[in-house]
Amino acid sequence: MTELSHIRNFSIVAHIDHGKSTLADRLIQETETVASRDMKAQLLDSMDIERERGITIKANTVRIEYKAQNGEHYTLNLIDTPGHVDFAYEVSRSMRAVEGSLLVVDSTQGVEAQTLANVYQAIDADHEIVPVLNKIDLPASECEKVAEQIEDVIGIDASEAIQVSAKTGVGIVETLEAIVHKLPAPQGDVDAPLKAMLVDSWYDAYLGVIVLVRIIDGRMKKGDRVKFMSNGTVHGIDKIGVFRPQMQDVDVLGPGEIGFITASIKQVRDTRVGDTITSEKKGAETALDGFKPSQPVVFCGLFPVDSAQFEDLRDAIEKLALNDASFSYEMETSAALGFGFRCGFLGLLHLEVIRDRIEREYNIELITTAPSVVYHIYMKDGSMQELHNPADMPDLTHVDHLEEPRIKATILVPDEYLGDVLKLCQDRRGIQLDLTYAGSRAMTVYDLPLNEVVFDFYDRLKSVTKGYASFDYQVTGYATDNLVKMSVLVNDEPVDALSMMVHRDRAEQRGRAMCEKLKDLIPRHMFKIPIQAAIGGKVIARETLSALRKDVTAKCYGGDATRKRKLLDKQKAGKKKMRQFGKVDIPQEAFISALKMDS
Amino acid sequence: MPLPNLSQAALPDLADPSTLGLYVHWPFCQAKCPYCDFNSHVMANVDQKRWALALSHEIKRVGALTQDRTLTSIFFGGGTPSLMDPETVEAVLVAAHETWRWANSIEITLEANPTSIEANRFRGYRTAGVNRVSMGFQAMNDDDLKRLGRLHSAQEAMAALEVARSTFNRVSFDLIYARQDQTLPAWRDELTRALETGVDHLSLYQLTIEDGTAFGDRLAKGGLKGLPDEDRAADMWDLTQELTEARGMPGYEISNHARPDAESRHNLLYWQGGDYAGVGPGAHGRLTRDGMRVATECVKQPGLWLAAAEQAESATTQLTALSAKEVFEERLMMGLRLRDGVDLGSSALENTSLCNNIKLLVDFGLVALTGTQLRATDQGRPVLNSVLRQLLAD
Ligand SMILES: Nc1nc2c(ncn2[C@@H]2O[C@H](COP(=O)(O)OP(=O)(O)O)[C@@H](O)[C@H]2O)c(=O)[nH]1
Ligand SMILES: C[S@@+](CC[C@H](N)C(=O)[O-])C[C@H]1O[C@@H](n2cnc3c(N)ncnc32)[C@H](O)[C@@H]1O
Ligand code: SF4
Ligand SMILES: [Mg+2]
Repeated sequence: MTELSHIRNFSIVAHIDHGKSTLADRLIQETETVASRDMKAQLLDSMDIERERGITIKANTVRIEYKAQNGEHYTLNLIDTPGHVDFAYEVSRSMRAVEGSLLVVDSTQGVEAQTLANVYQAIDADHEIVPVLNKIDLPASECEKVAEQIEDVIGIDASEAIQVSAKTGVGIVETLEAIVHKLPAPQGDVDAPLKAMLVDSWYDAYLGVIVLVRIIDGRMKKGDRVKFMSNGTVHGIDKIGVFRPQMQDVDVLGPGEIGFITASIKQVRDTRVGDTITSEKKGAETALDGFKPSQPVVFCGLFPVDSAQFEDLRDAIEKLALNDASFSYEMETSAALGFGFRCGFLGLLHLEVIRDRIEREYNIELITTAPSVVYHIYMKDGSMQELHNPADMPDLTHVDHLEEPRIKATILVPDEYLGDVLKLCQDRRGIQLDLTYAGSRAMTVYDLPLNEVVFDFYDRLKSVTKGYASFDYQVTGYATDNLVKMSVLVNDEPVDALSMMVHRDRAEQRGRAMCEKLKDLIPRHMFKIPIQAAIGGKVIARETLSALRKDVTAKCYGGDATRKRKLLDKQKAGKKKMRQFGKVDIPQEAFISALKMDS
Repeated sequence: MPLPNLSQAALPDLADPSTLGLYVHWPFCQAKCPYCDFNSHVMANVDQKRWALALSHEIKRVGALTQDRTLTSIFFGGGTPSLMDPETVEAVLVAAHETWRWANSIEITLEANPTSIEANRFRGYRTAGVNRVSMGFQAMNDDDLKRLGRLHSAQEAMAALEVARSTFNRVSFDLIYARQDQTLPAWRDELTRALETGVDHLSLYQLTIEDGTAFGDRLAKGGLKGLPDEDRAADMWDLTQELTEARGMPGYEISNHARPDAESRHNLLYWQGGDYAGVGPGAHGRLTRDGMRVATECVKQPGLWLAAAEQAESATTQLTALSAKEVFEERLMMGLRLRDGVDLGSSALENTSLCNNIKLLVDFGLVALTGTQLRATDQGRPVLNSVLRQLLAD
């Protein structure tokens, strides 16, 4: 147990690629927490997908022992938070487990949207913030300008910002000294009843569920029986320790300390991020405030391409859900796609990560249907129901009105692209809340319907700004609007997996775009195929895919008979990647591509 | 649902089983054309005596498997068989003559590239026994010939055609259409000129971009612009049918047009499911033996083939017995290429999924069934691959 006055807990806030992981590595290396022969780049990013995408999904943590220049020994706990908006709730919980933040800004790039979103979370959590200007080794580094920008845009003092190169090691000692001297020590009462915050939890194949905790009051040791206050479950602690960054057992964890416990917990589902852990007997009366379970905001259907793999998919989804409490699922049947699952995610990135893992780790090819947000349907009888799947939209005669989730989106963009960005937001039913300038960059804040963003907004934003815009959002609440269900009919058969909720004023436009897209995506058949979009019984857009006119092998000699037979087999295999709707084969990628808008 | 036991006997024999065709592959060319995925190679010095001997050995070997047959056709294909010395052609024909009884009306075709070098040999080929040539014109204007990587000019081709027609009774030539930037009027003009030559047989192929060719690579890299889209290719197909029919040369097969009785008998053998032996690198054959249909395939690489063929214990040829299902699929795939279609036999029509598929296609107007004779209609033939997929679907 370390003296409170000699503990510093902190996180690092940064936009993606500004150097958070590299800086963490340097801090670890400088303090020789890890022998240099064990150093591998980006110690804290462990999952393959994280490494590949260069993002952090789960919070990671490391305890660093540091002998400061004043000769005292300090224990520094770094929590590396997920950087992406999808995991904003995890971020906010991790932030509450520490007292300060390093605000890392790439001095060649300046402040970006994710910097802002995360730094506001840090400010919300009452953090002391130490600005760090990174990548000063690069010729394009402009420390003064960026420091000014931090003061202008974020409104914190950056006059003592530390100039660092996480690459060369310049400024690392200064950073460690600032952590010790500028960040406050945690507070807590070792004699009070145990109160620990559940910061994160995950499944380890060897040890079962591992729980990351921050002790607020009291102490925790091996063998203690502890209670999880949100659901009242009681567990005995089997193992207790800290991360350096590999696990190291300790006898006891006291106030201000961050570490892990294992307690024969079977499922990650049984542990809730933000929950309070206390002793079974004579425990704390009140839980830490601010606990709320994370809510999925985006839903989509996942179906196996090969319907024989349904059971494999169930297995994969159950296993993944055990390790990810924010991922929800329920069985879904689609007339066209057969058996699958309707799954809920924290956002699009979360969706992609889970889908990638199913495809890669479990070798199941998937059809992903259009992502949808959660609508609130208010019935005439006054009741409210959630709509996760447009296909389940109830009969309109019973519906009073609909509400959809809205977000507050922050976008930073170089001046010259501002016009395109404003047009994009306007087209997506956005309401401008703010527009300010910081140097040659503009920052705009929009109130937008989540359903307009969930699908391809980010792709569009990147393309209209040639990749120069940064974007972040948070869900703000629900608002009513004139929303309708648009269905799509291919060869006069409704295709449930393509139906979607749209704003009435935008329905014709969306319908037309969708029919045009489908006309390109569906291969020609031996007969002509009408493609229609409809609201209720009323057709609002129509295209006709003409019949196939040319599909024959020109030259075919005797020797080609074998080859032609093989070709035919290959084509038959290709057909497996399509789904049949009545007489029409629709390629699996059409379900997503059809929804992408060009503007 | 798998096809029920379509035993060999259930399929009517379209071709007389006592007859046989012979395909001889000559794998060398002067230059490799950018669209071509045939087994053809550029070689400076070919030891023609060695090749003549090796081909003759192979003919004797395959002869042992096909005794008591009457040879009705021989086809020298390539590559560029018109690079064979007349003596080489003669040696091969002598071997074939020693091996099989020849039909009086035997058709002996040789594929020729229409350059002046080849034209000079035509007399020698005729003396050796060749009685039909098929010439690779490909295009009838110099710009397009260049883009197709051809070594001859349009004028040379016309001169070679004259020599060929004064030497052989039966002459055909090949054109490749639906080329880059080719317009409908340009094709109308070119095809009209081709028909005006008065030949009684034409092969008119739409350009196919094959993987592994120079064109294939260019297309994959986003090059090879100006190829027709499906609609323009279909318009060109329609125009081709219209013009050839008007001239009395309707398509008797997807890409082959002839006056009545001028059809290539050797190629008909392929499409009608007859027996043929294949000799030379990469050559395929189909032989019926003891009620089984056997696919034969020779070693593809010319060097390996030659070495193997020269050994007494030949390992040039792989024999594979085809399953009843495979035989049936081939019959359909090949037979439906013919305007007259294919006789399915009555037991095939007891298969319900086949019948349902046929019914669907009849409804679409893509095939017609008369008794047990199934044929693709004028609408069905340009989309034959889709028709076949549907017919053979479970
Ligand atoms: N030149 C230079 N590159 C750096 C520096 N710090 C990080 N990088 C590089 O910037 C990229 C992003 O760094 P990373 O630590 O993964 O950023 P994160 O996304 O914030 O975790 C990587 O290619 C790093 O090697 C630095 O100080 N100087
Ligand atoms: C065996 S090939 C070549 C015969 C001879 N060597 C020549 O080039 O004239 C027979 C015919 O197939 C056709 N052909 C070859 N490759 C083709 C392709 N990629 N697309 C369409 N037709 C092709 C040409 O018309 C060619 O004349
Ligand atoms: S098209 Fe003829 S000449 Fe050209 S490479 Fe092919 S076989 Fe040889
Ligand atoms: Mg990182």
